[in-house]
Amino acid sequence: MENEKNHIIPYRTFLLVLICLISLTLISVSVTQISLGTLTVAIALLIAVIKSSFVLRVFMHLKFENKIFSFAVIAVFLIIALVIFITLLDYLYR
Amino acid sequence: MSNQKEITEPSYLEYKGKYKGVFSWILSTDHKRIALLYLFSILSFFVIGATLGLLMKFELIAPGKTIMDAQTYNAFFTLHGIIMIFAVVIPGLPAVFGNFLLPIMIGAKDVAFPRLNLFSWYLYVAGVSLVIVSQFAGDGPPDTGWTFYAPYSFRTAGTMLPAVFGAFVLGFSSILTGLNFLVTMHRMRAPGMTWLKMPLFPWTLYATGWVQLLATPIIGITLLMIVAERTLHIGFFDPSLGGDPLLYQHLFWTYSHPAVYIMILPAMGAISEIITTFSHKTIFGYKFMVASVLAIAFVGYFVWGHHMFTSGMSGTALYTFSLLTFLVAVPSSIKVFNWISTMHQGSIDLQTPFYWAMAFIFVFMIGGFSGLVLGSLAANVHLHNTHYVVAHFHFIVFGGTGFAFFGAVHYWYPKITGKMYDTKWANIGLVLFFIGFITLYGPMFYLGFKGMPRRYFDYDEVFHAGNIISTMGSWILYSGLGIIIINLFSSLKGGVKAPADPWGGKTLEWTIPSPPPVENFDEIPLITKGPYDYK
Amino acid sequence: MAAETHRDDLASKTGMWLFLFTEMLFFAGLFVVYSVYRFRNPEAFHLAAKELSVPIGTINTIILLISSTTIAMSITALQKKNKKFALLLIGITIFLGIAFLVNKYFEWGEHIKEHIYPGSPVLALRGQGDVLFYGLYFFMTGLHALHIIIGLVFIGFIAAKIVKNKIDSESFVLLENSGLYWHLVDLIWIFLFPLFYLIT
Repeated sequence: MENEKNHIIPYRTFLLVLICLISLTLISVSVTQISLGTLTVAIALLIAVIKSSFVLRVFMHLKFENKIFSFAVIAVFLIIALVIFITLLDYLYR
Repeated sequence: MSNQKEITEPSYLEYKGKYKGVFSWILSTDHKRIALLYLFSILSFFVIGATLGLLMKFELIAPGKTIMDAQTYNAFFTLHGIIMIFAVVIPGLPAVFGNFLLPIMIGAKDVAFPRLNLFSWYLYVAGVSLVIVSQFAGDGPPDTGWTFYAPYSFRTAGTMLPAVFGAFVLGFSSILTGLNFLVTMHRMRAPGMTWLKMPLFPWTLYATGWVQLLATPIIGITLLMIVAERTLHIGFFDPSLGGDPLLYQHLFWTYSHPAVYIMILPAMGAISEIITTFSHKTIFGYKFMVASVLAIAFVGYFVWGHHMFTSGMSGTALYTFSLLTFLVAVPSSIKVFNWISTMHQGSIDLQTPFYWAMAFIFVFMIGGFSGLVLGSLAANVHLHNTHYVVAHFHFIVFGGTGFAFFGAVHYWYPKITGKMYDTKWANIGLVLFFIGFITLYGPMFYLGFKGMPRRYFDYDEVFHAGNIISTMGSWILYSGLGIIIINLFSSLKGGVKAPADPWGGKTLEWTIPSPPPVENFDEIPLITKGPYDYK
Repeated sequence: MAAETHRDDLASKTGMWLFLFTEMLFFAGLFVVYSVYRFRNPEAFHLAAKELSVPIGTINTIILLISSTTIAMSITALQKKNKKFALLLIGITIFLGIAFLVNKYFEWGEHIKEHIYPGSPVLALRGQGDVLFYGLYFFMTGLHALHIIIGLVFIGFIAAKIVKNKIDSESFVLLENSGLYWHLVDLIWIFLFPLFYLIT
């Protein structure tokens, strides 16, 4: 894509994202100090997913690439989730 | 094409580049030369693997010890499996015919990453070398079967580490080949060749590429876990430490089932090419063929548990996997139907590759049906770990990928070598091979059904007659194989010069000289029609 | 000798993404093992996780996040023809990567001092859940650390090429690709951190 070379992400954007990422990290640490049972882990993982999407979309440039890259990344995550799910079908119901 | 061009442009075989002699081959980044490097290696290992099989069958010609003891037999079937699976049928069609034909069939001059391509071959050689090392180093060769099941694989005295690392490195080779092909197809199709104008062999390489990419790493990590068990006693699969041996099976088969689709999808692609050419008719249902290939690759990712029906999995897992297994058979059947429909009212030209294609359909269907039998939970209880399974996978993998490989060799031989082989001897070889194949593997269905276990070097007298027939089949098969290979080699010297298009094919490889020049095309073609434009 | 090809940056980037997918599936196998054994040993995992140092884990997480930021910024710097700044940012990335490894070294050292490591008889005595937790902890963070080392070597090579002007504002796909690899290493840690340190 030729317009790629002209597209420069400003330093500010990266620094703002960094601040979000650090904040989310600190939030996840403090949330897990409160015990909410299984919800605690779910929240920690949800925050991890949010942090990942920042890294993927901004740092790894997916927001500005052809949509097919994002599609492939999501598909890979889905496949991994399905493999874990199907494997757990064994362990959950033994 | 002017005579002038034919005189001045050397073929890829004659080309004199920077390096001389053997270095002009092992340092070449030309996809066509790399394909032949793979062909040489794979064929050599196939012969070694087949010889191991021949000796195993000889051991089984009578109950009790015939020529080897139990430990040797275990080592033999382990090595036979490792070689055939990891060094022959998984690389097989993609590494040889994918490498040679893919760029040409999409109108490109090479693959996306030619140096990575050569590196993939180096990894292949390194991987098989490690496997060979495991045979001679340490306390004896591996005896776990190619499946390396835990906990035996981390307790056995046999030399596991080189074999496991060898498989790991071979996996890397496979991943990089798949990666290369995927990028090649995404970025280097000739102008005008939309995805739906791409021939079917490249499409199968595309689906296969995704499987190579997304499934192989799982066995990579699983093999590393075996290493960790063996060296560090990490406990993942050790029941005494809280691990579950079944988890090893889950992880192992999560790759090894999709692996069989790496084996069969390019085979099906080659068959599609052969059938269209020798029916002189466009493929029936092109879009369904493409969709079915992608569906097989996708659904095939989620059926691995059918290798584990008797292992102790939960009921939920059992019927989920059985259902998905039946589902994945559907796209395969669509392909068989479409191949037959392509032949229907076609103008059939009976040549060697077409005989191979017909033989393929016959044995592939037997293999496929027997797979459905095994996929039925109740039947599986009776048949698991018997010779029925051995028959099933030899019909579908040897019959499927193997027959397609030989079909592809005989189809593309004129293009690759610039010579024609002796058709008479090719057909004699095929007939012997086919008769040998059915005689060797057919009885195994019966033997398995009657209860003869697999991977045992001895058996009950009641199975004797079936085994005698089967072993004799191996001799017939082996002679057929010998004739085929000798014919192919002798035709290199004595064969008639081949024209650019000996068969009347319509895909791009038939528009360039036999053998092709180094850069394949003088000018990248502009594509305006579909791949099988017979009318 | 292969055919001459013109430079195709998109092919290069696509190839890198495909390679990243293989790395994701590679670690996925370990996440499968983690899911299964966490499901089977919830209490043991919960208690063992308390023995990990949340402060060190958090610091390491932030270290990697900053290092991802700096290498992403280095691409902007290079595009703006600011070679010195790009190299400075890359230098910070490498420094932070090494800092992560140093932290890990001390963290592991603490455990090993207590005779907690795969195969240790002391660990075996603590019970199966602990054996599996620490087995996964050492294997997954160890494999991750190995990827950090690989990433640092890769980035080092890229830095050398920038110094020699082989990578510049007109041709920087290799820097982008090394960045992608580094971000993946960061991504894996983003998931490892809560799954080992925060499941208390």
